[in-house]
Amino acid sequence: MEAFLTQYIDAYYLRIFVLIGINIILALGLNLITGVTGQLSMGHAGFMSIGAYTAAILTMQYQAPFWAALLAGALLAAFFGFLIGIPTLRLEGDYLAMVTIGFAEIIRVFFLNFEPGGKAVGLYGMPPNTTFVLVWGIVIVVILLNAKLLDSRTGRALYAIRENEIAAEASGIDTTRMKVLAFTVGSFLGGLAGGLYAHYMSYIAPQDFGFMKSIEILNMVVLGGMGSIPGSILGAVILTIAPEMLRIVADYRLLFYGGLLVILMIFRPNGLLGDVRIYDIKKRWFKKEVG
Amino acid sequence: MEILKLTGITQEFGGLRALDSIDMTVKQGQIYGIIGPNGAGKTTLFNIITGIYVPVEGTIHFHGQELKAMSPHKVAKLGIGRTFQNIRLFNKLSVIDNVRVGSHAINKSGFISDLFGLPLARREEGQIMIRAGRLLNLVGLYEKRDEYADNLSYGEQRRLEIARALALKPSLLLLDEPAAGMNASEKVELIELIYRIREEMKLTILLVEHDMNLVMNLCEIIAVLNYGRKIAEGNPEETKNNEAVISSYLGVEA
Ligand SMILES: Nc1ncnc2c1ncn2[C@@H]1O[C@H](COP(=O)(O)OP(=O)(O)O)[C@@H](O)[C@H]1O
Ligand SMILES: [Mg+2]
Repeated sequence: MEAFLTQYIDAYYLRIFVLIGINIILALGLNLITGVTGQLSMGHAGFMSIGAYTAAILTMQYQAPFWAALLAGALLAAFFGFLIGIPTLRLEGDYLAMVTIGFAEIIRVFFLNFEPGGKAVGLYGMPPNTTFVLVWGIVIVVILLNAKLLDSRTGRALYAIRENEIAAEASGIDTTRMKVLAFTVGSFLGGLAGGLYAHYMSYIAPQDFGFMKSIEILNMVVLGGMGSIPGSILGAVILTIAPEMLRIVADYRLLFYGGLLVILMIFRPNGLLGDVRIYDIKKRWFKKEVG
Repeated sequence: MEILKLTGITQEFGGLRALDSIDMTVKQGQIYGIIGPNGAGKTTLFNIITGIYVPVEGTIHFHGQELKAMSPHKVAKLGIGRTFQNIRLFNKLSVIDNVRVGSHAINKSGFISDLFGLPLARREEGQIMIRAGRLLNLVGLYEKRDEYADNLSYGEQRRLEIARALALKPSLLLLDEPAAGMNASEKVELIELIYRIREEMKLTILLVEHDMNLVMNLCEIIAVLNYGRKIAEGNPEETKNNEAVISSYLGVEA
């Protein structure tokens, strides 16, 4: 399958498809934390880097099988997500955002000085194990499990925390536990995406996982619509393609993201798909037929 | 039989004494009213019972179990449901999802079984859905089950809060000004609803309300709070004629 794809699809487009897949995993992870549970996290790239470095070091320096390295990276990221989840529980909004920024920055500086990670130079020469088929296979599984989770007792509890924390507690939801859970699972996905990224690019360095990367992932979630799975997917697609298609976007990234968010706040404050429901669409059609 | 017993409950915010050694005993099956002017401490009392605040002094016993310093979700699991004076719905969830969240406390399915849709999760989902439908029928909101909660009218939102609170199968239900913002006919329906849920679900109800007509109609026993103190307690007749009550509260209204 992979051979078939590489033969018939231009390598450039194939690359974009793979990056879209990796970004979808990143966005769905952050969506769980920020979109669904409402905990503003601005350090998702930190979890991604933990997964990337862990997996890369394991395959290169310990000859670990790729799948084991991926899993280890994701689990270590999840563990850090769990740790971050605990102190952030007492914080809200801006304070939580600051702690997550600080955390990602500490991780970045750590790798900047981390000998086995090649310090500022980074790591290169990872086996290119990440294929189109693998990435999209994982993307499909992640989407299906995400959808299952969000339409369950646990998923509704996470949404309830976003909507009204006091009422969620009064309904018997252990909001502390649930927030830690969201951070843990979201970070797991961040770490997974990091491992895939490292073994696709075959090169990683601390600056790949800086503040701008975190903001980029957050933008995918916000653009698509907080808490919406199709929204996060759409956001990841748009924000992966836009810089590729429009040079001007790549050169003025910051300006582009800023402008995009302002336009969004004005025309679609809930994101592109944030408040789109089949029920509402049906109702609208029905009303039109009647009137 | 006593279901709820408060002894010496005292609460302070900064220098302000919001509650001053309140004793109160609520018996199984009662509809117990709490009245008093704004700022008297009624909502604070509810927040203490449900674990949102830990009182400076005093004890709370529910079915004989000490509740003090227990977190709100644990109190909910023990069977205390509540509504809020300032409506607190899950606005961007559908009406039926609000009630489904309400049943969180009585179900068990956890992360793993929810993630993979294991049998436990599927079995519970079915029951949750049926119960939520029934509760929405009870409060007359079944037709609106797919609307966002914040699309409902004020009176409907108050009834949705009751349905959500009932979803956790409470034995004690706390209603904080359930009739606020309702018109006369909605109030009549509310009284019927409260009677009905008490009978059908064997509930004990603790109710804060400003509408004297409603309180006198519904409640078997009424406590009057003023500046954090309980100044009277008795049946509606006794309360209506109590001197202290008339001068501090009822007199103002008349
Ligand atoms: N969280 C709080 N912080 C500070 N003061 C509070 C808080 N909650 C209530 N109060 C004060 O306690 C008093 C009682 O309030 P409350 O219980 O809401 O009264 P009621 O419900 O009887 O109108 C008021 O003076 C109020 O301002
Ligand atoms: Mg009040």
